Amino acid sequence: MSARDEILTRVREAIAPVPAPAADLTRDYRTRTGDGVDTFIARLRHYQAQTHRVPESELGRTVVATLRERHAHLIVAPEGIPRDWLVGLEPLHDTPPLDPQTLDGAGAVVTTCAVAIAQTGTIVLDGSTGMGRRALSLVPDYHLCVVRTDQIVSSVPEAIARLDPLRPLTFISGPSATVDIEMVRVAGVHGPRRLEVIIAG
Amino acid sequence: MSAGETIWVDNPPFPANARRAVNDAQLRRNIRNATSTIRQRRATMVEELPDWQQLRTAGAAIKDEVLARLDRYLEQFEQAATQRGAHVHWARDADEANSIVGSLVAATGEREVLKVKSMVTQEIGLVGALAKRGISAYETDLAELIVQLGRDRPSHIVVPAIHKNRSEIRKIFLNEMGDAPADLSDDPHALAEAARQHLRRKFFQAKVAISGANFAIAQTGSLLVAESEGNGRMCLTLPETLISVVGIEKLLPTFRDLEVFLQLLPRSSTGERMNPYNSVWTGVTPGDGPQQVHIVLLDNGRTKVLRDHIGRQALRCIRCAACLNVCPVYERTGGHAYGATYPGPIGAVLTPQLVGVEHAATLPFASSLCGYCYEVCPVKIDIPTVLVKLRHDVVKAERASPESVLLTATGAVMKGRRRWTLALRLAPLMRLFRHGGPPPISRWTAVRDLPEPPRQSFRDWWVTRSATSKQADQR
Repeated sequence: MSARDEILTRVREAIAPVPAPAADLTRDYRTRTGDGVDTFIARLRHYQAQTHRVPESELGRTVVATLRERHAHLIVAPEGIPRDWLVGLEPLHDTPPLDPQTLDGAGAVVTTCAVAIAQTGTIVLDGSTGMGRRALSLVPDYHLCVVRTDQIVSSVPEAIARLDPLRPLTFISGPSATVDIEMVRVAGVHGPRRLEVIIAG
Repeated sequence: MSAGETIWVDNPPFPANARRAVNDAQLRRNIRNATSTIRQRRATMVEELPDWQQLRTAGAAIKDEVLARLDRYLEQFEQAATQRGAHVHWARDADEANSIVGSLVAATGEREVLKVKSMVTQEIGLVGALAKRGISAYETDLAELIVQLGRDRPSHIVVPAIHKNRSEIRKIFLNEMGDAPADLSDDPHALAEAARQHLRRKFFQAKVAISGANFAIAQTGSLLVAESEGNGRMCLTLPETLISVVGIEKLLPTFRDLEVFLQLLPRSSTGERMNPYNSVWTGVTPGDGPQQVHIVLLDNGRTKVLRDHIGRQALRCIRCAACLNVCPVYERTGGHAYGATYPGPIGAVLTPQLVGVEHAATLPFASSLCGYCYEVCPVKIDIPTVLVKLRHDVVKAERASPESVLLTATGAVMKGRRRWTLALRLAPLMRLFRHGGPPPISRWTAVRDLPEPPRQSFRDWWVTRSATSKQADQR
């Protein structure tokens, strides 16, 4: 018997004596909370991420100013990033795909996001336009993410409902971190050590 | 057949280990500091959610649903993942899983692979098995790196180097890392930076990575890895080949179920609203990440656990380690004392069931049954009840003790009325021992007073008394 058939047989033998009860799953937890943009910003700051809130009309100018302020020049720009976010900067386009060493040498990566969760201060990338493949938002040491207010939902359940599970998803809550040494939180290990979020709208 | 390193074969039983561990002041201090910090963080994060109990109940119900129809969910997962370009393999035990992974790595021609932290690969002893085939597997999680460089073993499910303090870690890095700066300080920031530099080149060159998974979605064939440092993302994204070893109990029916578990897991494990990174991938995404994706579904004793109607709830476990952090026994002994991959209260119920109680007979007793572990468990595993059940199994499996012989005999005597009456008549003979019995009974009576048995049993007295009063009535 193949391993597959044997394991499935073992499973059936194990669960057969007691027929499965009707699923009594009650989803009576909250699917929505009162959390909004203010909570989102507070959570990001708690994670030691920098935040800005600007009207849509100021967005391009703010992105450029922020990148300049951080002395970032070589900017990884996934397909779909508007040209006016990169005025006077040197964009790195991912066609053909950039190798890790080039990504590592970049000063920053700018992305949009698919959805953001206020309650947990999380941004979710799904690899569609403005976000690019996963390596782009991982290897550069500084990630600047643009979130529009209508992308911010209150809770984890609301975010899950908006996401497509078949896309590669990355949930990001603050810069990379570790508590492995004496439970002391160290921000910045392998992922970007700096996360900055511009909230527009 | 081998269960891998579910239990560490070279390890003495729990009581001997525990006795040694409680005398190690440094170890106790390290563990107390860490567990009290993490306990406090978890409590704050859980208090923040008014619907925590509803989330726990839903989490338990979702996992029970998976276990009740595990065969169907496994087939559904296999089909969905295959459709999206993943290769699904099945492994009955640790040896089979190690051999599948070894062959997959060998087929790429690579001699070095990177590893994401994963309990199941510890359980099957994958790194050691690969080493025997000449393949070096490098741990990339900071704590696992500390453990691997120190030729040590993990002592906690979430923070495996919890038993080491900063100066001990500094020494390990200086002696074993090879490229640690000579002036390395013991500041956690400096130590984390050293690990970053050490691994960065490896991440960029790696062709093969090996991971576990926190959740597997039956509906879509997706896997999820939760982490903090970004080493997971590096391994899941940059290499050409990704091999994920997944215990068959890791399934969730639908993608929607993550809405429950992505609230339960981070708050319970690290005491955060959300851990820094969660990666979800489904098979192969053209142009993004590994183009060769393998999934090894592992039994290794899980179907044995599933057979037991009380014990199977241990398969709900999502490896958050909240039970370790609150356990008064774990806090004093640390994780190594359990001599197994899964330490703490969850280990005490999972390990004996995975390998058979006869191979881990002391673990169900490594608890005071205080019940704190049950209270904090995000999927409501009633650990004390399972522990008591396993204690029963251990006693049943063990050779008859003088105590059990005595109790069986007493039971036999008490079952029949005539036997019982006769025994009571003989009871006054016990008066012979009222000043202490002969050896070996003297060991007991030397420190205890025997109640003096009366000359006549109550029954005999009642019969005599009735006869006397009847005579009186007749008169």
